[in-house]
Amino acid sequence: MSLRVLVGVKRVIDYAVKVRVKPDKTGVVTDGVKHSMNPFDEIAIEEAVRMKEKNIVKEIIAVSCGPQQCQETIRTALAMGADRGIHVEVAGKEYEAMQPFHVSKILAKLAQEEKVDIVLVGKQAIDDDCNQTGQMTAALLDWSQACFASKVEKTDGELTVTREIDGGLEVIKVKLPAVITSDLRLNEPRYATLPNIMKAKKKPMAKKTAADLGVDLTPRHEVLSVEDPPVREAGIKVETVEDLVGKLKQSGVI
Amino acid sequence: MNDSISLGKATLGLADDQKQVYHLARDFAIKEMKPHMLEWDIQEIFPVDVLRKIGELGFGAIYCKEEFGGTGLTRLDASVIFEALASGCSSTTAYMTIHNMCAWMIDNYGSKEMKEKYISDMNSMKVLSSYCLTEPGAGSDAASLTTTANRDGDYYVINGSKSFISGGGSSDLYIVMCRTGEPGAKGISCILVEGDNPGLSFGKKEKKISWNSQPTRQVFFEDCRVPITNRLGNEGFGFNIALKGLNGGRLNISSTSLGAAQAALEEARNHILVRKQFGKRLADFQYLQFKLADMATKVAACRLMVRSAAVALQEEHPNHITICSMTKLFVTEECQKVCDDAIQLFGGYGILKDYPVQVFWRDCRVHRILEGTNEVMRMLVAKELLKE
Repeated sequence: MSLRVLVGVKRVIDYAVKVRVKPDKTGVVTDGVKHSMNPFDEIAIEEAVRMKEKNIVKEIIAVSCGPQQCQETIRTALAMGADRGIHVEVAGKEYEAMQPFHVSKILAKLAQEEKVDIVLVGKQAIDDDCNQTGQMTAALLDWSQACFASKVEKTDGELTVTREIDGGLEVIKVKLPAVITSDLRLNEPRYATLPNIMKAKKKPMAKKTAADLGVDLTPRHEVLSVEDPPVREAGIKVETVEDLVGKLKQSGVI
Repeated sequence: MNDSISLGKATLGLADDQKQVYHLARDFAIKEMKPHMLEWDIQEIFPVDVLRKIGELGFGAIYCKEEFGGTGLTRLDASVIFEALASGCSSTTAYMTIHNMCAWMIDNYGSKEMKEKYISDMNSMKVLSSYCLTEPGAGSDAASLTTTANRDGDYYVINGSKSFISGGGSSDLYIVMCRTGEPGAKGISCILVEGDNPGLSFGKKEKKISWNSQPTRQVFFEDCRVPITNRLGNEGFGFNIALKGLNGGRLNISSTSLGAAQAALEEARNHILVRKQFGKRLADFQYLQFKLADMATKVAACRLMVRSAAVALQEEHPNHITICSMTKLFVTEECQKVCDDAIQLFGGYGILKDYPVQVFWRDCRVHRILEGTNEVMRMLVAKELLKE
């Protein structure tokens, strides 16, 4: 049984960068800042590649939505083992306003067009931390979903997925087709090797627009402002427990 | 550590796939090498496990042809890779450059059987190699070497000793320059000796002030018999191989110095943003701002020189030997100065072994001496300039 997988890979500001808020408070500085693949999406690609190595999956398609530079992200996915890429070009103001709502519509449409059996995405992106795209995509497709996966096994026509939840680990069975979102402990992604980076150059990369897929990118909400978290204020020392309780009552905390 | 300043400069002018290569090497260096650099230096650990991981990426035979298992990239790609890796550990990267040179020698001058046997494993670092040219009595005057290889039927019998061999005693292969003929350069041949040859023995591990993540030993040849099929290139061609190998080696060592200087610059920059004296951050003192600007400018200039030299070597520009020599001379000197300045910016902390800048400074010191001393570089450049 050979499945086909669509993996979403998002281009985000690199985790090691010190993020700075723009002076006009409309967002964070992205110009000239190092970007890389969302770490949870790296884990998603790695999982898809491992499934291909086990012959569970026969084709991996990597998708990214965004400006021209997203092709670098797709190329990294190809170098890790994806078979082909799709770049859905979204630029400028439309890109700044793009939300999981739009991305999930794009992924759902592509999943249908490409007739895939599994959609694999990172559980959330490290820039907006939305944790919505996977779930919305599953709902739009009316497919099973298994989010926060730390283990994925194939058993007959189903997937057995271990999920990391607040209470511990939950094991569920999901029928195919399904959407899976990867959590941190699902795997440790490989480095792309130089030979694979070179081979990736020859792998096909298709370009589409949201309009091609019939997806309307009109924003559904407006960002009012983006600000630094408040600077940590100095604390005060108190002499007795009574003083402490008094202060806490004064500030309305208790 | 804020990476944006390095990326703004280090990937400038690179093609998209070269940027990808840089990112791969840089990410690997930060994650797999940097956390261990200080320990490897202090404990003198030869990190074979990490070398094998580096090999898995295809970094062991970067500019060997794909035909026999090399990665098939250019000298510029190699420079970018070594620059990136050096920021993780300059000593281990220097070892990688020597190993890559050995692989290249086999790829260009070895027999088909040799290439089939070794290139792929050298690329993956399953096979580790060392280069043997220098002797106790033959340093800058390398062509005066006295290790002999005498013909005995289908074998060469090698006798002599080599000194300052990086990886000596820990390698699977030794590329050895020995005398098969007349005195001088024309009598030298290049012969491959496998590490388990009974005629090989090794001196004690040298105690060094740097390059401590690689063992350095003397290598002794006592009636060391190797089949004549182990020779690379023709008899008497060995010194040509050595010189050609050194052109690339000089660029590679320059790239290593460059990566070390870049890393030292970043560390110094981050430090002066935090350290306060006289009620201000060090970064608010103009003298230190100027000092940092000078350091960054030197690194940027060195980078341009190394990369342009890499292209000249790749294209076999008529003056590539002079270009490589000038580059090695300039870059190793300037990058050591940058590391030295970085230590100064750290103040007392700069000399503590808990801080990385002192390792970069010590490792860079060696680069001014090997692959041809900087004095030999001046000889080569002057010779070319004064040709009539």
